Amino acid sequence: MLNQSTIAGLTARLARREISARDLTQACLDQIARVDGTVHAFISYDAADALAQADAADRDLAAGVTLAQKPLLGIPIGVKDVLAVKGQPLNCGSKILGRYISPYDATVVQKLKAAGAVVFGRLNMDEFAMGSSTETSAFGLTRNPWDATRIPGGSSGGSAAAVAADEAIATLGSDTGGSIRQPAALCGCVGLKPTYGRVSRYGLVAFASSLDQIGPFTKDVRDAALLLGVISGHDPLDSTSVPQPVPDYTAALDGNIRGLKLGLPREYLIGGLDPEVKAAVDAAVQQFTALGAEIVDISLPHTDYAVATYYIIATAEASANLARFDGIRYGLRVDGADPVQLYTKTRGAGFGAEVKRRIILGTYVLSSGYYDAYYLRAQKVRTLIRNDFLKAFEKVDAIVTPTTPTAAFKIGEKSGDPLQMYLSDIFTISCNLAGISGLSLPCGFTAAPKLPIGLQLLGRPFGETTLLKLAHAYEQSTPWHRERPALYES
Amino acid sequence: MAANEIDVKYVAHLARLGLTPGEEQKMSAHLAGILGYIEKLKELDVTGVEPTAHAVPMVNVTRPDVVRPSLPHEAALANAPAQANGLFLVPKIVE
Repeated sequence: MLNQSTIAGLTARLARREISARDLTQACLDQIARVDGTVHAFISYDAADALAQADAADRDLAAGVTLAQKPLLGIPIGVKDVLAVKGQPLNCGSKILGRYISPYDATVVQKLKAAGAVVFGRLNMDEFAMGSSTETSAFGLTRNPWDATRIPGGSSGGSAAAVAADEAIATLGSDTGGSIRQPAALCGCVGLKPTYGRVSRYGLVAFASSLDQIGPFTKDVRDAALLLGVISGHDPLDSTSVPQPVPDYTAALDGNIRGLKLGLPREYLIGGLDPEVKAAVDAAVQQFTALGAEIVDISLPHTDYAVATYYIIATAEASANLARFDGIRYGLRVDGADPVQLYTKTRGAGFGAEVKRRIILGTYVLSSGYYDAYYLRAQKVRTLIRNDFLKAFEKVDAIVTPTTPTAAFKIGEKSGDPLQMYLSDIFTISCNLAGISGLSLPCGFTAAPKLPIGLQLLGRPFGETTLLKLAHAYEQSTPWHRERPALYES
Repeated sequence: MAANEIDVKYVAHLARLGLTPGEEQKMSAHLAGILGYIEKLKELDVTGVEPTAHAVPMVNVTRPDVVRPSLPHEAALANAPAQANGLFLVPKIVE
């Protein structure tokens, strides 16, 4: 089936005119019709618009446009409901945006379109990206394609599930504390969080501005390298994007990782680590050794403080960022006698429980009398966490850890206990605080039920080339990325 | 201040966030647990440590000061819940 293929495989066939972009987009739409009733990766999608873009790609192909000119020509790519696509709805998984239609394209969307991609669909997510299971979406939950009784991870659960269920060839998500890597791990695909500043955030609805990054979900590592190359680069519209040249990330995928040093942090062997996850990660480390990498024991001593630091900084930034949803310029409005009443009623009616909880926590840690004790202290601990990583990267080229302590958990299992939900992000959160790069790829499965296990590689700031090189060498020497969920056979 | 003493009603007012009495009660219980966990940061000695606001510090980022097209008026108003005469309509602010 066309929709099971990778970008690299499909662009070659499209260029040779063996297949058409319309047939490929139609194959994705057919798959959505077949499985999305169960998976519910998409909040909505505009089939007519997707097919019109596919027809435009076919015209380009007929006119002789090359892959060098448009590297994603005709490839259907879905986007998380947090990215602006001109003329399409944007809800952030929330009720508060009402019938909002984006008046402009996010920079990453503009780049995808310029590269010839068919950009389609609004992928489900935890409300305002606040969650680890996609259960806080106001548009219903997304189910894990490997087991419909389980969560797909979050917050980019729809983006991960759509790739795992072959409803899109690749997707974009956003990662503030693990929201790309964790769902990628739980759904068995590749997910990459670029270094802070690598990808423009213009047109990404802000959750925590100093932590948010946009990144790809793909079926294999080569596709992640391809997509990262397209969406990266400096953008004058995002003052935090870094003016650093974008390398050809696919050029480094030569399988040769001999002599590269991989750090194994002792702090990641925590009590809650599932034995099957640990066994899969241990086996992956063995595999890296067999491929010629050198394993080095390292220490990241402040790991245990990362979750607490994150939930102060991220909620503080969120409480400020979400102040804009006030019922005045766009979205839901619940009328009141005066503006303050209008704001209060609108926000009370429009935000869900998790978003409210984080706005309250964030407002509290920033409020007079508590700022120094909570927010300022967390910013200082953030420095210690970042220094741990920078020190480790003096000795190693990348760090290897599990992406999550367990495989996908059951729907409803953690939704009543926010702290337990927060602690499920324990391995992914430090990466955002430190601003470094991170990637998750499949490294095995649990026995019964069969659920994907993710391996996380963490890299230096702007160290994506090394991460992709390591991930590619591992992937090509293991069978995991070729496995498909049983969803199909039924 | 102990975690369970948070005045949720007051903080909700600061955030202009309407909460039902039931929500307030549930919020207090959840926040007590989370703040109890966050207390662990007090174990660390952060004397002399500089705070990190951004992992990639860049200061005074500017772009050329040239006029360029911005969002057209109509597009900016297109999502407004209420508008009149090309302006956002809001409840009366001053008598």
